[in-house]
Amino acid sequence: MSTSVAFEKAKAEDRAALVGYLPAGFPSVEGSIEALTTMVEAGCDIIEIGLPYSDPVMDGPTIQDAVQQALDGGVRVDDVFRVVEAVAATGVPTLVMTSWNPIERRGVDRFAQQLQDAGGAGLITPDITPDFAPEWIEAADARDLDKVFLVAPSSTDERIAMTTAQCRGFVYATAVMGVTGARAKTSELAAPLVARTRQTTDLPVGVGLGVSNGAQAAEMAAYADGVIVGSAFVRTLLDNRSDEQAALKALAHLTEDLAAGVRAR
Amino acid sequence: MTTHIHETTSYDADELGWFGGEAEGFGGRFMPEALMKALIELDEAWQQAKADPEFVKEFDAILRDYANLPSPLYHATRLSEQLGVRILLKREDLNHTGAHKIRNVLGQALLTKRMGKTRVIAETGAGQHGVASATAAAYFGLDCTVYMGKVDTDRQALNVARMRLLGAEVVPVPSGSGTLKDAINEALRDWVASVDHTAYLFGTAAGPHPFPTLVRDIVRGIGDEARAQSLEQFGGLPNAVVAAVGGGSNAIGLFTAFLDDKDVEIHGFEAGGDGFETGRHAATIQANDPGVLHGARTYVLQDEDGQTIESHSISAGLDYPGVGPQHAWLAKSGRASYTSITDKEAMDAFALLSRSEGIIPAIESAHAIAGAIKIAPEIKERHGEGATILINLSGRGDKDMGTAIDYFGLGESK
Ligand SMILES: Cc1ncc(COP(=O)(O)O)c(C=O)c1O
Repeated sequence: MSTSVAFEKAKAEDRAALVGYLPAGFPSVEGSIEALTTMVEAGCDIIEIGLPYSDPVMDGPTIQDAVQQALDGGVRVDDVFRVVEAVAATGVPTLVMTSWNPIERRGVDRFAQQLQDAGGAGLITPDITPDFAPEWIEAADARDLDKVFLVAPSSTDERIAMTTAQCRGFVYATAVMGVTGARAKTSELAAPLVARTRQTTDLPVGVGLGVSNGAQAAEMAAYADGVIVGSAFVRTLLDNRSDEQAALKALAHLTEDLAAGVRAR
Repeated sequence: MTTHIHETTSYDADELGWFGGEAEGFGGRFMPEALMKALIELDEAWQQAKADPEFVKEFDAILRDYANLPSPLYHATRLSEQLGVRILLKREDLNHTGAHKIRNVLGQALLTKRMGKTRVIAETGAGQHGVASATAAAYFGLDCTVYMGKVDTDRQALNVARMRLLGAEVVPVPSGSGTLKDAINEALRDWVASVDHTAYLFGTAAGPHPFPTLVRDIVRGIGDEARAQSLEQFGGLPNAVVAAVGGGSNAIGLFTAFLDDKDVEIHGFEAGGDGFETGRHAATIQANDPGVLHGARTYVLQDEDGQTIESHSISAGLDYPGVGPQHAWLAKSGRASYTSITDKEAMDAFALLSRSEGIIPAIESAHAIAGAIKIAPEIKERHGEGATILINLSGRGDKDMGTAIDYFGLGESK
């Protein structure tokens, strides 16, 4: 199911959508399914499942930590599809967020087919841009999968237009110049970037990088269609790694706080 | 001698960085959108700089007066006698800071100045590129941060100290395998956040476009000099040119001037570690598995899922699971051939050159020497008496004495 469904629903309720991220296989394959299901039940409208990769460029220390744990635990690409299937079964649109090489290695078309078979909505591809992704664009178009590319504060207007023209589902606007990681303050770069992005497209615009609580989510919900949260969820699991029940409770709590935030625009 | 940085060959990339075209070839620019503007600006700035005679003149003067270039082309007579072919050594070991790497950093730092940026960052494995970057930063008065895997900062304490003495900040990187590839990841992360005032001095002819082309243009002086020296001193071109291949900068630096000399054979030698068949090696091209790593499509050591596999080599400078995309294309197109040299073969050559010529090579360069030893019989067979092999002696071995002491048991016995 395309993420556009979730954005339409949020729009009808005059709020932003909450997009939550965790890497597959963290803390374990089953553990990530449980955690993501908890996030869905507590109010995430869209789920992004990270495909753990050995050499992630866009990830800060928190997500790197989790991804490394997942890899050390032996997570495989096929496990990612298993997590997608379980989460998509809850009925929320479920995307995979991945570095490029694992897709290339499997074969772009085969990867796209397996993603679709698992019920995945599409891909977020943070380390590749549309001008270098013709194969993915073709494979996604053939299956109506969401293609979520990123725009950044440094993007020229011309590149934003080129990028949004190739997106389906929504556009991912990176709120800061930097890698993933919760930040104390929201960025003043985000709102102008969203405005520039809207000049080029009618697609929903999600804002991510650095959001860690409901108050920040509310600030971003004022100008964005979606608020994307990753490191804060990962942090919650890392901080509660010795107690699974406490971890899930804290995760639900954080989700509720953020879900209230996106409704308080 | 003037730099030929603006010259082209029939093996260059197109404007998107594809060597051999997008469908069949290698390279490209697989990077986060956040860095695209910077990479495009860097490309444009380089196109302008290399066409500017003032820039070229300044670069030449710095290479001459500061880096001790051009490096000599030396006829290694005793080694030649032993191998039965004429061996010429391009003496990059005599450069300031002891390797070809000084060329790359001086070129990129001069460009940084021209672009008005005030800070440089770099990744380093054994510390050679880090020391060179810190040197160039000191020379040009730029701030410098060097990322180095935690495993490497622990085993290369001397180079860490050198960088700090030169005024650079050294940041140990604990993530991943704590080695070169992780240092590159961390440098890229820094760059995503600092790109408006910071230049990334990439350490080899790899990475996203324009780095493979930019670094190649800057270091191609190795081959331009060697070609002219060969004609002038020896009355002709060599029959074969030979270099070690890590990321590929010293090799492409030598090869470029000879790419369109169809009669000159080109041989690259990768690190074979414990032996290619053991799986513990850094012979990326020989492994022949295309993928995308650090911004380019190239040959990559990877598993079934596309996860990078750690490389192995006695030589820190060759210990990288990727390779510059132009080499991937030269291999696929058949213009150059690439095979591997084991740790043992390299260390034998390391000892041989030391004893027969009084030159202690970098272990990286010893791979090239070992490669020349290997192909000498066939070169002689193909090209007859007086056949000539020109080897890039990319660096000196001072940095490798710790390894040599352990390997050969050179220490005082207690
Ligand atoms: C002396 C020397 N030669 C060769 C290399 C390998 O790098 P490249 O393949 O980029 O020349 C290194 C890297 O540290 C080096 O120090």
